[in-house]
Amino acid sequence: MSRDGARAPRGGAGFPQGGATYLGMPAFPQAADAATRDGRLRANLRHATHTIRAKRARAVAELDDWARLREAGAAIKDRTLRHLDHHLVRLEEAVTRAGGTVHWAADAAEANRIVTDLVRATGEHEVVKVKSMATQEIGLNEALAEAGIRAYETDLAELIVQLGDDLPSHILVPAIHRNRGEIRDIFRDRMASWGRPAPEGLTDRPAELAEAARQHLREKFLRAKVGVSGANFMVAETGTLVVVESEGNGRMCLTLPETLISVVGIEKTVPTWRDLEVFLQLLPRSSTAERMNPYTSMWTGTADGDGPRVFHLVLLDNGRTDTLADEVGRQALRCIRCSACLNVCPVYERAGGHAYGSPYPGPIGAILTPQLRGLSSPLEESLPYASSLCGACFEVCPVAIDIPEVLVHLRERVAEGGEVTVRGTRTVIRPAKGHATERAAMRAARWAFDHPGALRRGQRILARTRRLQPRRLPGPGRAWTDTRELPAVPAESFRDWWARTRGGTA
Amino acid sequence: MRVGLFVTCVNDSLYPRTGRAVVALLERLGVQVDFPMAQSCCGQPMFNTGYRHQTEPLVRRYAAAFRDHDHIVAPSGSCAAMVRDNYPRIGARAEAEGRGTELSEAAASVVPKTYELTEFLVDVLGVTDVGAYFPHTVTYHPTCHGLRVLGLGDRPRRLLERVEGLELRELEGAEECCGFGGTFAVKNPAVSSAMGSDKSRAIARTGAEAVCTVDNSCLMHIGGVLAREGSPVRPVHIAEILAGTKDPAR
Repeated sequence: MSRDGARAPRGGAGFPQGGATYLGMPAFPQAADAATRDGRLRANLRHATHTIRAKRARAVAELDDWARLREAGAAIKDRTLRHLDHHLVRLEEAVTRAGGTVHWAADAAEANRIVTDLVRATGEHEVVKVKSMATQEIGLNEALAEAGIRAYETDLAELIVQLGDDLPSHILVPAIHRNRGEIRDIFRDRMASWGRPAPEGLTDRPAELAEAARQHLREKFLRAKVGVSGANFMVAETGTLVVVESEGNGRMCLTLPETLISVVGIEKTVPTWRDLEVFLQLLPRSSTAERMNPYTSMWTGTADGDGPRVFHLVLLDNGRTDTLADEVGRQALRCIRCSACLNVCPVYERAGGHAYGSPYPGPIGAILTPQLRGLSSPLEESLPYASSLCGACFEVCPVAIDIPEVLVHLRERVAEGGEVTVRGTRTVIRPAKGHATERAAMRAARWAFDHPGALRRGQRILARTRRLQPRRLPGPGRAWTDTRELPAVPAESFRDWWARTRGGTA
Repeated sequence: MRVGLFVTCVNDSLYPRTGRAVVALLERLGVQVDFPMAQSCCGQPMFNTGYRHQTEPLVRRYAAAFRDHDHIVAPSGSCAAMVRDNYPRIGARAEAEGRGTELSEAAASVVPKTYELTEFLVDVLGVTDVGAYFPHTVTYHPTCHGLRVLGLGDRPRRLLERVEGLELRELEGAEECCGFGGTFAVKNPAVSSAMGSDKSRAIARTGAEAVCTVDNSCLMHIGGVLAREGSPVRPVHIAEILAGTKDPAR
């Protein structure tokens, strides 16, 4: 399906023209370089992340047992992941008992094929969608478009992204990189080609923008016969799916259509209803800084005279069991997609979400994407390095994912290679290409540090030649001296001073 | 009490004044300081860039150099954090790979006795007034590893507040990373520089004469940005402030 007048998404160089897909994106440093020079993008991001960061801190401070809730959340997720096979079978039985049909999808292609076939079987050519990370991850909208099926995003931010032929750049607020003026322009220019046009004389007042979206979407809700959703949680004991949202558009998609297809990552399973109580406290406070989110929708199979008459659940693996096989990296699967780590991340704030090349941006994206997709291209290989390891993400994570630990672990896979699991098989991967110079430098540095006598001689040579040293460095050092002065080399190292004054020997 | 000074490779090679300040400060407080020449680097540059195996000889070296000391003091939050947070991990990984307990034993022998300087002053020596004199306006940037890995809390501030003549200026967004991050500064220069330049603007807004931290590596980056931007603000390691006295001989 063609998109008339499609524009390349803005916010960074190197994006593919005319189609909203993350495929073929450049490595993080190149994408981030363009974003840091986009003053408007940086201002939008700074304003948005700092606002929500402060609100989150207040919402969390209200609970004096936050630390224990966080531990409980991590423990429930870890225990569930350890026995995920068992819980998934229970989930399948419960969903089937409640009148739903369960499908298992090993990868994105299989999931897309299943959903496309299910929609085709209804004879429909359009679906309404609840905001869903899993369907972004597999590129479902593009797959449906190829089959002649149009998918309408109904979350306000996703609608802005879709109308702008753009890519989401934040987990919670996919259009965080856009300001009100840009949104007004997108609505005015693009709504007509997707359905009901924007009202005449639309301004950038939030209430007017929301009303324009409401009118545009209402037509879709009332017409669509098929809804597609994700889920925040799946309760194994009853086969219940849970969607947590703010706008109520999700609830419309979940209840109005005749057929509902939910595509959910297998790690979203929780064993029992009681487990939800922990996450329904952790998620809203971490995510929107609310005590409770406005809409929590739960559905269990099908019921006569209420909601969809046909329900399909597509359980998505797409790299999750491979991730589960990694003892250090598996903690990334605890993620409940709250986006707290994005909002405190100084790197995300400057680089923007698009630079991460996936629907999972920010610190969690930097560890999740290379694990789900494998270290398969320069982009995935660059993501573990897209962090200063400042640790702010770990501090706010409501399920205590030690993101810096996983980043360093994945850097080791990139730099040294090692054992990984690919489609269930243990495989030894080689170090990434392009790290040869760095590896040699690290070996040389280690050798010098392991031979203090040589280190001392090197320090003396540096000290003796300090007047001759250039202020600007060539090669990799250029990155430093482009924006920063080099420190002055001292006349005497500490080691030499100590030996001279205290008489120590090497 | 036998105290070993782990001066760190950055301080040894580029900021010897900091090491000399630590020696002066600790000796003034009655501590006998020893500098084992066999020491070098904690291994952080290799470990954090993904070269765990290159780090292992340096773990052994650190443990051997400080085997006989009661306490190890490092004027660096990130190097102390490397030892305390990552040495046990390196040991555990070696064991998991079936290479025995040698590295975990090396780690266990040094982890509990490794302190960042301000921790050592406040927790071990039990002092906050170190008798220092520094008649300048100063703003304090809490470095990430000191703040989040070591949990230094308000120890550095408590020490600074007791320095005679020093006026402490609040730093807006103090807990945000300056953008150094070791090899991050070279691998992601655009983002690192953007972070450094935001930090240097916040520092300039305090109107302080000097910015101080517990880590010269962060100061190298912050100071490099300040210098390039022509700022008069001086980067100073906290040890150099705490070592200052009215005695002009020092």
